[in-house]
Amino acid sequence: MNIVQKLTNFLKFAAILTIAIFYMSPFLMVIVNSFKQTSEIILNPFKLPESFSFANYISAAIKMKYWNAFLNTLIITSFSITLIVIFSSMAAYIFVRKNWSINKIVFSMMIASMIIPFQSIMIPLVKIYGSLNLLNNKWTLIYMYLGFGTSFAVFMYHGFIKGIPYELEEAALVDGASEFQTFWKIVFPLLKPVTYTIVILDSLWIWNDFLLPSLVLISAEKRTLQLSTFYFYGTYNTDYGLAMAALMLAIIPIIIIYLLLQKYIIAGIMKGAIK
Amino acid sequence: MIKPKNIRNLRTYIIFAGIPTLAFLTVVILPFIYGVYLTFTDFNAVETVNQFLSKFVGLSNYVKAISDSAFRESFLKTFKYVFYTMVFTNLIAFFLAYILTSGIKGQNFFRVAFFTPNLIGGIILGFIWQFIFNSAFPYIGYKLNIPLFYDSWLATPQKAFWALVTVTVWQYVGYMMMIYIAGFVSIPQDLLEAATIDGAGKWHKLVRIILPLMVPSFTVTIFLTLQRSFMVYDLNLALTRGGPFKSTELVSMHVYNEAFLYQRYAIGQAKALILFITVALITMIQVYFSKKAEVEI
Repeated sequence: MNIVQKLTNFLKFAAILTIAIFYMSPFLMVIVNSFKQTSEIILNPFKLPESFSFANYISAAIKMKYWNAFLNTLIITSFSITLIVIFSSMAAYIFVRKNWSINKIVFSMMIASMIIPFQSIMIPLVKIYGSLNLLNNKWTLIYMYLGFGTSFAVFMYHGFIKGIPYELEEAALVDGASEFQTFWKIVFPLLKPVTYTIVILDSLWIWNDFLLPSLVLISAEKRTLQLSTFYFYGTYNTDYGLAMAALMLAIIPIIIIYLLLQKYIIAGIMKGAIK
Repeated sequence: MIKPKNIRNLRTYIIFAGIPTLAFLTVVILPFIYGVYLTFTDFNAVETVNQFLSKFVGLSNYVKAISDSAFRESFLKTFKYVFYTMVFTNLIAFFLAYILTSGIKGQNFFRVAFFTPNLIGGIILGFIWQFIFNSAFPYIGYKLNIPLFYDSWLATPQKAFWALVTVTVWQYVGYMMMIYIAGFVSIPQDLLEAATIDGAGKWHKLVRIILPLMVPSFTVTIFLTLQRSFMVYDLNLALTRGGPFKSTELVSMHVYNEAFLYQRYAIGQAKALILFITVALITMIQVYFSKKAEVEI
């Protein structure tokens, strides 16, 4: 490598490093200021905290009912995803393996529905489920996530199952296994890569979703993290130190997962995007 | 006449696909159809008698929607927002992907860093930037004497619009960068080497080889930026709440407010369907032309 090449590479590195620092600076600002008192922040938002204290975090966690919101979000996300994975993989299996007309009709309806944005369904959705008195219930929300998430998951599984040779299942069926057993013992384990992709994409979607839970979950104790952050910030947005700590509390779980699983997360998102 | 075989098949269908079919039909299809029906009625949220059978009013909700100047303004503003977001996001993302596939030190670390905002909800991102615009920027403005940053960008309509564009671009750049990186990586190296041997310069290779082979990536990124920015709601709500003076009320928020704030369900739903049809048409046209531009090796 000659000197000119080395120099250009160094310049490129320096340029991208500068861009990255600016790019990440909003997060750095939140971290730094989450440890400060509001008066300190107003005086100079760029200064490092004078004393290192978790007081803001503790106070924010209590006021936004953090654990409650965290648990709600965890329950809603994990139940929704478990249901989406179980039922969508089974449905996709039957759609691929059985040449029935009902399969074709439902599958093409699912594919077509993927272009419908949530905003063009939300009004009648609220109206229907409201008049049935099913709103303000996290199980309704989980059921809705199954309904909204199933099309994409079926689509992903469908593409993958098509590539699995039928001989494997045939052998099991000949040996007297039922279709249900064959699916769970032989096919489902093979679907692991798609399952990972779906779990990652749907976790991010459901964990971070705001609009649907804001319409379904009305009472305060049922709120998810996004909702409780939203209402908390609306009340305390002039108390900067507290507000920054609340934002950090909302971000931390995702960042921990991201640091642990970044390779899988990025790969999963890429697979989902290219479809 | 129902044959026993059909009954058995139906049983298998219900075991395997019954629940997801039911959920899909009752959560997506039924509300969609009922939503279309709603737009032809005079239904609004306050009404309680005769809930499901309101008066039929023909196309008057659509007429009202289109003749509502606030809706038209919101729509135009959204177009403008989508345009700038799409252009800047893709330019910057392409540039970053170009640099981060050239084998510089720590490129994986940079990729991971630029991607981070996409993992966090729009509500939280909006609040983070609200703080940056309201507190950090004015502080820099006064210290370094930059008039552009004297006042919060969120306080004037013109700047609030650009604040919204800035944050959206900031959020999406990492995602689109990843898609471009996948595109760059899939370009066959021997093709580029052959071009180098033939004496092609860097610029020449970019325009003649890399760009044409990257068209599939552009199809995806432009589609995603179009679709997402047309439908943006969370970020809009957290960053500006549509303000100041409704100047940044993008169309999703307009629809939301129409239905849930002013309780006009039928007109709100008509507007939502107009939005849906517009976005569906635009993205279909975009995908059609992008696919046409793709080349085979």
